[in-house]
Amino acid sequence: MSWEERMVRFTIDGRDAEFEEGTTLLEAARALEIDIPTLCFNEAVSPYGACRLCVVEVTAGGRKRLTASCTYPVEEGIEVVTDTEEIRDARRLILELLIAKSPDADYLRQVASSLGLEVTGKYSFHEEEQNDCIMCGLCARVCAEVVGTAAIDFAQRGVDSRVVPFFSRRSEACIGCATCVTVCTTNYLRVEDLHASEVAHVWDHQDDERRCLLCSGWGIVPHFHDDPAALLGITEPNGSASQPAGGSE
Amino acid sequence: MPYRAHLLVCAGTGCVSNRSFEVMSALEREIAERGLEDEIQIVPTGCNGFCERGPIVVYQPDGIFYQQVGVEDIPNLVEEHCLKGRPVEKLMYVPEEGELPIPKLTDIDFFKHQRLIVLRNRGLIDPEKIDECIAADGYTALAKALTEMTPEEIIEEVKASGLRGRGGAGFPTGLKWEICRRSPGDVKYLICNADEGDPGAFMDRSVVEADPHSVIEGMTIGAKAIGASEGFVYVRDEYPLALKRIQIAIRAAEEYGLLGDDIFGTGFSFHINVVRGGGAFVCGEETALIASIEGRPGRPRSRPPFPAQVGLWGRPTNINNVETWANVPVIISRGSSWFASLGTEKSKGTKIFSLVGKVVNTGLVEVPMGIPLKTIVYDIGGGIPGGKELKAVQTGGPSGGCIPKSLIDIPVDYERLTEAGSIMGSGGLIVLDEDTCMVDVAKYFLGFTMDESCGKCTPCRNGTRLMWDILDRITRGEGELEDIETLRELGEGIKVLSLCGLGQTAPNPVLSTLNYFMDEYKAHIEEKRCPALVCKDMIEYWIDPEKCVGCLLCLKACPTGAIIGESKEPHQIIQEKCEYCGVCYDSCPKKIDAIVKRDRTRVPAETVSV
Repeated sequence: MSWEERMVRFTIDGRDAEFEEGTTLLEAARALEIDIPTLCFNEAVSPYGACRLCVVEVTAGGRKRLTASCTYPVEEGIEVVTDTEEIRDARRLILELLIAKSPDADYLRQVASSLGLEVTGKYSFHEEEQNDCIMCGLCARVCAEVVGTAAIDFAQRGVDSRVVPFFSRRSEACIGCATCVTVCTTNYLRVEDLHASEVAHVWDHQDDERRCLLCSGWGIVPHFHDDPAALLGITEPNGSASQPAGGSE
Repeated sequence: MPYRAHLLVCAGTGCVSNRSFEVMSALEREIAERGLEDEIQIVPTGCNGFCERGPIVVYQPDGIFYQQVGVEDIPNLVEEHCLKGRPVEKLMYVPEEGELPIPKLTDIDFFKHQRLIVLRNRGLIDPEKIDECIAADGYTALAKALTEMTPEEIIEEVKASGLRGRGGAGFPTGLKWEICRRSPGDVKYLICNADEGDPGAFMDRSVVEADPHSVIEGMTIGAKAIGASEGFVYVRDEYPLALKRIQIAIRAAEEYGLLGDDIFGTGFSFHINVVRGGGAFVCGEETALIASIEGRPGRPRSRPPFPAQVGLWGRPTNINNVETWANVPVIISRGSSWFASLGTEKSKGTKIFSLVGKVVNTGLVEVPMGIPLKTIVYDIGGGIPGGKELKAVQTGGPSGGCIPKSLIDIPVDYERLTEAGSIMGSGGLIVLDEDTCMVDVAKYFLGFTMDESCGKCTPCRNGTRLMWDILDRITRGEGELEDIETLRELGEGIKVLSLCGLGQTAPNPVLSTLNYFMDEYKAHIEEKRCPALVCKDMIEYWIDPEKCVGCLLCLKACPTGAIIGESKEPHQIIQEKCEYCGVCYDSCPKKIDAIVKRDRTRVPAETVSV
């Protein structure tokens, strides 16, 4: 990376803009208080460009196209438009596609209504393929980039893809920090007792009872422990899944 | 030369699967037994191209083409041709309509219309012997590029040739090199993309198998032009022979000082590593391929930045496909103007196609750009077998589209195929006849991309799944008219919104068939009828009692016991038990032809099952 700060000039929604090289369109837009909706974006991790909700129209070298603003670095002389009928249609389609697989994820409908987009819910996955995970990947990305543990990652391909601990076995690497749970876009991830299952975090939930990984206590996630000794407990099976302990919220 | 004749045995993957190595050992034994080993040399070569006729043996200098040669044919072949000088008619190629055998390779239509540039050494040299490659002018272009040309001159020459990327997108190669050369950074990488994965396509495999040195030479010339000192060949792991040959070739080139440190004593160094592919189709996409080499899952990332700016391990990287690299030495040695004289205005040179499907002659063909599609299908391919009608030609693999029979005269180049709603792609060419259901074809290709979608971006992951579901419903007779609009809406959306080329092209097979074969979609939806009688839920099998001789063949073949009847009495199919597998249809002797595949919705009243 060069230490010289090179400034890049372009226009966004008709306004002249000047930003440092390497800035993404999304960052630039937000700095200018132009609202662009996102799902897989989080300042804490590097941009990913997967959900495609943040699409904007970029005209570069005479060629106009829709592209994800979170990954597109500002370029000299480009024209960026962040809100057109086509862009709104595109965002509506993205939400429709996500709702097709995650019809119970209320957050998606909230996003749609906050954007004034009417989603029909006309597309639908087979029931057995539905769940609230929208594959934004934030859980795996914070685990690797922020926590530094990389205890979970993507497995499989296409519609079968999901985030799991390696080989879907209980992860020795997981420190039970529950950061993944905190960042989960659709509140799909829950904390549950580690000892009863083979996986570090369980990705499905039957009820609203959630248990802390560190202390096996019942509680609302996330909560924090400042006693490092508690960390040692997580890989030690205590034999009982239902044993209540202290440390709840 | 001490040898008076050469027996060129095809050792490409197709012929090897047909036991050409055993044929070769039998030849060696027979030649030795007759004491001819000092007169006749046996040479294992790369893919000859006429894969359908393998194992292939070509007798030189006579130029006699022997096909479908078995171990049992060898004693006679050696006795007759090698000893007595009488070519063996029995093993010669006979065009379909009971014509006379054609002895010479060059007289066979399949070869006559081809123009071999990339495949110049196919079937001629032993790809595992660098000396044979050098004897065929191998590495002379590299010598010229390293000793007489500056990097800028090389780039200018490639730009002037008009060479475009043969991997699918058709980006101008010289320009791509120039961008990478100008990209700041002292460490740069080169990659050869040999992760060929389109169904029915095997161009790159054959190039690497037949002439691996042309790829190495092209890469080394490119390395000099771009300023790279290290390169990678990313080979699909399902290509063991290609993998083996490129490794042998790299080692040999290093031993000869044609690769490695201080090549030709010019001070220029370039090293090539071979990386085995991770087994995902999407790894053919540049950024996913780079991720795979780095040891990460093969998932694409957004561009820009392009690999030429931020590539392998963050360094500027230039990726070209096998066929593109193999074109480079010819351009350097024969000059850009010669190369540019071949082809059309914007598509120069030749293109290799794997010609497969419902066509008489299947195999690998290299033709000049701009050749009419009709010439490929009818003159080279010999037309459609069994007197059937051509329906369409699918080009460009799962990212491509179907070109209907009405457009069969179009010249094949990048622009014209795109105008026709398809793409050149990497060169898959699948001929479809009247017995092909276009909805089923669209479903097949979309199913392929759906399975191969990495799952990262929403439109490709969820969109292809939804489109496939709709197509599946239509082929099961449960489609509705509004499905057509929905397919269009989803298809256009996925194209525009997907992250990488896989998703951006995945809807093409559906959109192009919607465009040209709407009547077939409508027949499935409105009449619940599959015009090609392919979709199982819309057909039934029926035994014509007038024709059935009661031979019991179909009855024994039926896996569900749905056929009843006594010997020498006409049989009958119990429709309720039938699974529509078609085994009975295939088992009925051709001359009897008593089993009829027919439209379930239009069963004549008098034959409704009792």
